[in-house]
Amino acid sequence: MQFVKLTIDNKPVEVPVGTTIYKAAKKLGIDIPVLCYMNLEHMGIENKPAGCRICVVEVEGRKNLAPSCSTNVTEGMVVRTNTMRVLNARRTVLEFLLSDHPKDCLICPKSGRCELQDLAIKLGVRKIHNEEIAEMSTYKKDFSPSIIRDLDKCVMCRRCETMCNDVQTVGTLSAINRGFMSAVAPAFEMDLIKSTCTYCGQCVAVCPTGALTEVDHTPELVRALADPKKVVVVQTAPAVRAALGEEFGMPAGTLVTGKMVAALRRLGFDYVFDTDFAADLTILEEGTELLDRLTKHLNGQPTKLPILTSCCPGWVNFFEQQFPDLLDIPSTARSPQQMFGAIAKTYFADKIGVKREDMVVVSIMPCLAKKYECQRDEFKTDGNPDVDFSISTRELAHLIKEANMDLNNMPDEDFDNPLGESTGAGVIFGATGGVIEAACRTAYEVYTGKKLDKVDFEQLRGLEGIRAAEVDFNGFKVKIGIAHGLGNARKLLEDIRKGKSEFHAIEIMACPGGCVGGGGQPLHHGNSEILAKRAAALYREDANKPIRKSHENPMIIELYEKFLGKPMSHKAHELLHTHYHDRSPKIKIKD
Amino acid sequence: MAKYSMHLLVCGGTGCRSAHSAKITENFKNELDASNLSETIQVIETGCFGFCEKGPIVKIMPDNTFYTQVKPEDIKEIVAEHLIKGRKVTRLLYIDPEKKEKIEDSKHMGFYRKQLRIALRNCGFIDPENIDEYIAREGYEALGRCLAEMTPQDVINIVKESGLRGRGGGGFPTGLKWEFASKYQADQKYVVCNADEGDPGAFMDRSILEGDPHSVIEAMAICGYAIGATKGLVYIRAEYPLAIKRLQIAIKQAREYGLLGKNILGSNFEFDIELRYGAGAFVCGEETALIHSMEGLRGEPTVKPPFPAESGYWGKPTNVNNVETFANIPVIILKGGKWFRSIGTEKSPGTKVFALAGKINNVGLIEVPMGITLREVIFEIGGGIKDGKKFKAVQTGGPSGGCLTEKHLDTPIEFDTLIAAGSMMGSGGMIVMDEDDCMVAVAKFYLEFTVEESCGKCAPCRIGNKRLHETLEKICKGNGTREDIELLQNMSRVIKDTALCGLGQTSPNPVLSTIDNFWDEYIEHVDQKKCRAGVCKDLMQYVIRAENCVGCTACARVCPVGAISGERKSVHKIDPAICIKCGACIEKCKFDAIFIQ
Repeated sequence: MQFVKLTIDNKPVEVPVGTTIYKAAKKLGIDIPVLCYMNLEHMGIENKPAGCRICVVEVEGRKNLAPSCSTNVTEGMVVRTNTMRVLNARRTVLEFLLSDHPKDCLICPKSGRCELQDLAIKLGVRKIHNEEIAEMSTYKKDFSPSIIRDLDKCVMCRRCETMCNDVQTVGTLSAINRGFMSAVAPAFEMDLIKSTCTYCGQCVAVCPTGALTEVDHTPELVRALADPKKVVVVQTAPAVRAALGEEFGMPAGTLVTGKMVAALRRLGFDYVFDTDFAADLTILEEGTELLDRLTKHLNGQPTKLPILTSCCPGWVNFFEQQFPDLLDIPSTARSPQQMFGAIAKTYFADKIGVKREDMVVVSIMPCLAKKYECQRDEFKTDGNPDVDFSISTRELAHLIKEANMDLNNMPDEDFDNPLGESTGAGVIFGATGGVIEAACRTAYEVYTGKKLDKVDFEQLRGLEGIRAAEVDFNGFKVKIGIAHGLGNARKLLEDIRKGKSEFHAIEIMACPGGCVGGGGQPLHHGNSEILAKRAAALYREDANKPIRKSHENPMIIELYEKFLGKPMSHKAHELLHTHYHDRSPKIKIKD
Repeated sequence: MAKYSMHLLVCGGTGCRSAHSAKITENFKNELDASNLSETIQVIETGCFGFCEKGPIVKIMPDNTFYTQVKPEDIKEIVAEHLIKGRKVTRLLYIDPEKKEKIEDSKHMGFYRKQLRIALRNCGFIDPENIDEYIAREGYEALGRCLAEMTPQDVINIVKESGLRGRGGGGFPTGLKWEFASKYQADQKYVVCNADEGDPGAFMDRSILEGDPHSVIEAMAICGYAIGATKGLVYIRAEYPLAIKRLQIAIKQAREYGLLGKNILGSNFEFDIELRYGAGAFVCGEETALIHSMEGLRGEPTVKPPFPAESGYWGKPTNVNNVETFANIPVIILKGGKWFRSIGTEKSPGTKVFALAGKINNVGLIEVPMGITLREVIFEIGGGIKDGKKFKAVQTGGPSGGCLTEKHLDTPIEFDTLIAAGSMMGSGGMIVMDEDDCMVAVAKFYLEFTVEESCGKCAPCRIGNKRLHETLEKICKGNGTREDIELLQNMSRVIKDTALCGLGQTSPNPVLSTIDNFWDEYIEHVDQKKCRAGVCKDLMQYVIRAENCVGCTACARVCPVGAISGERKSVHKIDPAICIKCGACIEKCKFDAIFIQ
């Protein structure tokens, strides 16, 4: 590797050829402020349109200031990051940005976590000149089931565009209009609900301001909790427990399962259950479907392979819109969130003698697409949804704080029964590769009739975007593919479309990292180390569970015995399976 | 081939065409047919003559008679008198504005005397839709010479030696640009012609493409040979239908003659050209934005480096030159780099085409050697200021150039002197202003353009220009303060210093240069709330001249807002706080008692 020597603020530094000034400065401990820049190191993707011009620095011999995020160092370069000229430019440009930004910070959902606000604090802008005549670029607000777009707050950092196009290859968001009125939006400024948006929420996760936020369901939740007529049941997704602590100052990867349960109970939920229970249930349904298709395949009967997992609602939206020709390939099993809702409002409601309409099922999810999923018509009985509403990890953290509680001070408590009982297999659903590992644990034992020597399938774990592994089912080598991030999913799907796929089963998660990196999680700013730590926490919880295989969950066994019969039974189909629709965009162009 | 004793050159440029020059051509043909002259006299529709102010132009060869402002109904007379009887139609001749004499030959006209036409060498001489006419004027000889006698490096060396600098605005040495592109190895390279001419009032490139499309095609092929590219693209705005049509015809003809395609002129060299249409965004003249637009992406610039020479169209090495730059190439190859260097100045060799516009007598397209002074261009070629008014400023370099004044009139025109004077060459727009122009309003006008044309990618250009415009508007409305002028200066400097591309880096030039050169006018606007040019409406006041007012009450009765008060037969008064400056009172007053202050 070739190296380049330069000085930044009079300090010498040596960095590899091709390094940017910004990164070279970082090496010296000089933190140049940025706004639009975002580095998704683990994906090899950088968002650096060099549009905000906040990171400008002075380079000796250059006539104008250089954007440090996108200017590579050269030998002997002399860089200054804090001269009068630089500071004035930075502050003036920030003043420009603030002059075209609403000043409702006190009531903005991003307040306190807004990068523009942080910059305003750091650079100390105290006045916006001629504010009274400064026109603002305004747009209509867009309310979708999951995401709110308030483009008045868009600073054109284009991070959402990078997530939507380069990472997820969904292609919903791109720059529209020009000049002062430019913003990032779906084509023709259509609403998200009419677009190909999957609600994966990765755009929300990276938006530096309040331009993209999640739909907040906490007020409805508080109303339900306060209603004495309602029995409020909560389920918590696996990835939540591995990230919620970050919102309370705990280091990434801290497991807060017990504290979270305690907090939820104190918030007034009548039953605190675990989505992991439903994850175990998913394994029995999906695992059975997998074995069914594999057996048919081995017997030479007509069947569809590979089977694709279907627990991720962002992913379901993606294939319904972009791969309508492949709708018969994914498993028909509903997601754990919906399986939970269906069981809670039938089996459990009967058990405790509560009418369906008096029960409110809430889910705590690392995900924004879940908000959309629980509103789908397929998951309603007489208009009453199986899951009433879904709130994100971030919203839960808010609610706990609002209720004057600190997660740090909570005792560890256990989930309620029966829907709180889960195995280690359910927990790892939250990390990429976890679903298929859980499925393997059960499918292996059912298929071979043998006990697994080693429950951990380490070949299925990791953060590589696309992974392939073989699992030996007593001589039959099951070929498994794993993709996380819809861009990676697209590659595997294109192969299937072309008939080139050799996999028997594929796990797909819409968000990079799986649910631990979901759009509703505490903001990780593209830092893959945080994702790895959250995933490690889930594997730790798995390892510490007394039962680690879904089919051994006693409450699941009881559920089948008393209520469902067996996996893929008629009743199971009715409550736990779904069907998919062709939702590809139908654009008619006038002749 | 028929031998003609006479040629009638009718201007077929967009300007003359919109004044019915096509009808003139048609009438000529009909009249010649009727008089049995079509065998001996040929009518040719040419490209632009440049003297658009006096169009439509008809030039009669070989006697060089130059008819101006010809109407379709004049043709009968020209044929009967000039062509048949040999008597010139003197009423259609150009009248020298100073000597008031009629001038027959364009050579003796002030407009043409100081011009030197290299890029425009064929405009107004040949039929742009006939490749034979181009070939007859040494067309494609340069390409032939390159392929037969020269290595690609030889070609680059000649261009380098000529010192030709990019005519699109940047002024980057063309030969060096070609050399960069030639150094990068790739399976495919591209030559791109930037015909996205976007400066308001500029039509240099359009005229070249309309008048001499083959010169650009030939030059692109030469460039392709020099840098190792087999594909050429012309990025042209869709609003140039005539230029597009003529380019399409020219490309088709060149292919038929084997001057484009495989094995050009029997060599192994292959080159072909396609057109790409722009939707008219100004920023797409910036080469990275242009390339993105050609790729079907949003027309937005990206950070350089990487330069297009390394990674351009579809990530391949790409050389982008402007139309006028290309038009110079074939002549440079034929006459040599030294010859080109002998024209113009040391640092800016050659000529430059300018579009003269504004308050000037001779509006039109001119080509002059570099180093000529602004005074020569404005007063000799341009014929001075319209209606005998006083010269105030000249804006060079398009909307992002600066306004130069009286004190710059003797500055020689070249890339670096214009920048030193606070303006720039740009693509060659030149707009002349007189005493009736308010310089604050002029700056505001240009900012309006850049606000409209900013792509919105970078914050200083997207928002900063808007704020500049608003502050200028505040001053024009009479609400400005001295602090606002300082604010304008600081915002302008920061925008120049931080904007992503050339558009934003130069957009504050009109503000800074007008503040520098017309400080007094700004101060008048903010301190005395006065606009000396009478342009800023909000700073005007309607006042009653007491000595003329007889108290007839006519004004008070007509005033729609009741701003005028006064007893019958006594002097009336206008309340400026109520007055809406509609002018009804002035119109009504029979005693010349109301005036604008």
